[in-house]
Formats: sequence, C-alpha cells, structure tokens
Amino acid sequence: MDLKLGHYNKDGIEVVDVEGEIDVYTAPRLRELLIDLVNKNNYQLVVNMEKVEFLDSTGLGVLVGGLKRVRAHDGSLDLVCTQERILKIFRITGLTKVFGIHDTVDEAIAAKKSEK
Amino acid sequence: MATVEVTFTPLPAHVRTARLVATAVARRSGVDESLLDEVRLAVGEACSRAVEAHRRHCPAEPVRIEMTDQDQRFVVTVSDHAPTAPARLAAPATDNGIHDGAGYEAIGHDGGSVFPAGFGLAVISGLAEDVRVLSTSSGVSVRMSWPSTAGAS
Repeated sequence: MDLKLGHYNKDGIEVVDVEGEIDVYTAPRLRELLIDLVNKNNYQLVVNMEKVEFLDSTGLGVLVGGLKRVRAHDGSLDLVCTQERILKIFRITGLTKVFGIHDTVDEAIAAKKSEK
Repeated sequence: MATVEVTFTPLPAHVRTARLVATAVARRSGVDESLLDEVRLAVGEACSRAVEAHRRHCPAEPVRIEMTDQDQRFVVTVSDHAPTAPARLAAPATDNGIHDGAGYEAIGHDGGSVFPAGFGLAVISGLAEDVRVLSTSSGVSVRMSWPSTAGAS
C-alpha cells in the first residue's frame, strides 16, 4: 500500500502517524511533513510507526534528517514501534542507539515529559 | 537463463513493484517465509541504489533484475549500467559501530540522503548472508542469494 500520513498535538508534543510503506518513492512525503512541522516550531516529535509495513534506508535517512533538525532546536524525535521486522533494520544499522524507541505513543510522550 | 527477469524504467515508483515481484518469485522458489522480509528489503535496497545511479547518469536506461534458482539457492542479481565509481560495500554496523547521529552528517541536505554513499549496500550486507558486489566501468551488479527448496530444475 501507499503511504498515509497524519499528525496531531498531544500535551505539547506533535505525534506523526505513519501508515504503509516508507521507501525511495514515498519517503520524500514524510521528509516534507517533518520539515514542515519543524518550520512551524514543533521540536518535540513522536513518529508512530506501528502501522508501517515496510521501511528501507531511504526512510531511515528521512528519520535521521528529522532528528537532526529538531536537535538543532534542542528538540527530540522519538519513535513508537514494536514490529520486529521494522526494529530489525534499526538494529542492523545501529540506530536503536540514536532514537528513543517506545512501545506506545503514551509511553513516548511520558518519556519526553520526564526529560524536560 | 533466469527464471524471471524484470527490467524497469529507473523511477522510484517502480522499486515497489520490483520488491513485490522478487518476494513473489522467492516464495514460489521455496524460500522460507521467515526470510521473505529480508529478500524484500535487500532487493528494494539494491533497486533503490540502481535507480539513483541511473537517474544521475543514464535515466533512459532500464534497471535489470534477474531471479534464478541455482543449487538450492534463490539468486537475485540487480544490475545497473551507470558509469560510476566502484561501489563500496561498507561493513554493517555492529554494537560497536554507529553510536550516534554524528556520523551521518557528511551528505545531509534537504534534497538528498543524510547517509553516506554505500549505506544501502551496507544494509543489504547486514541482511543477506551471501552478497557479492561486482563493480566495473560499465556498471554495478549486486548479487544476493538465500536458501531455497528449488534449484534442481
């Protein structure tokens, strides 16, 4: 399936819902959304990947790019993911040490609040 | 002769089709279900790399994928015809490898990847147990294989 994107604000944190496949074709749309959110002064982001069916290195690059942008404003970008097939690509690239990865959106938000 | 051969215009939209075809042929070749995600991701990475190379150097030339059963292995070869510098097969990251985002900043800009060239190949090498990259002046071939139950035919 194609990529579906949505976002909402919860407790001052912008949550991005991603559904479908993130690859060389669809990743630019996610990149544009993340850039747009940062340009609108959202520096605390949670990307919910529970409905992502496929992620490749292009998608990883977009997430790392988003992380760089929010970090430039002392923000952070955390992920929500429990799917083994997706977590595997974070592990083999070492990115589990770069991103905060949580089981639920509420857990991710709670973790961000405790960091403040 | 390859069991299935696909050529496609180097457009990002076609990479998904290539992944789907490769996964379907792998399943039919008897690759274990638990390996199909690896096949899908590795073939996708190889095709993405080839598409990017063609878009830069020869957008009119198609990218080619050959899928064959050989000696109880399902073999996929993704070939490009982009005259480019030899591809680097970087080592996959380990627990002692990439620790933070700093290493990814070399190529970061809004339009392109934040990862260095060869990152997709590094992902492939972390996924497939058998990967060979053949780089010549006329292009790069990425050959990957997985165990299968077919191959005698």
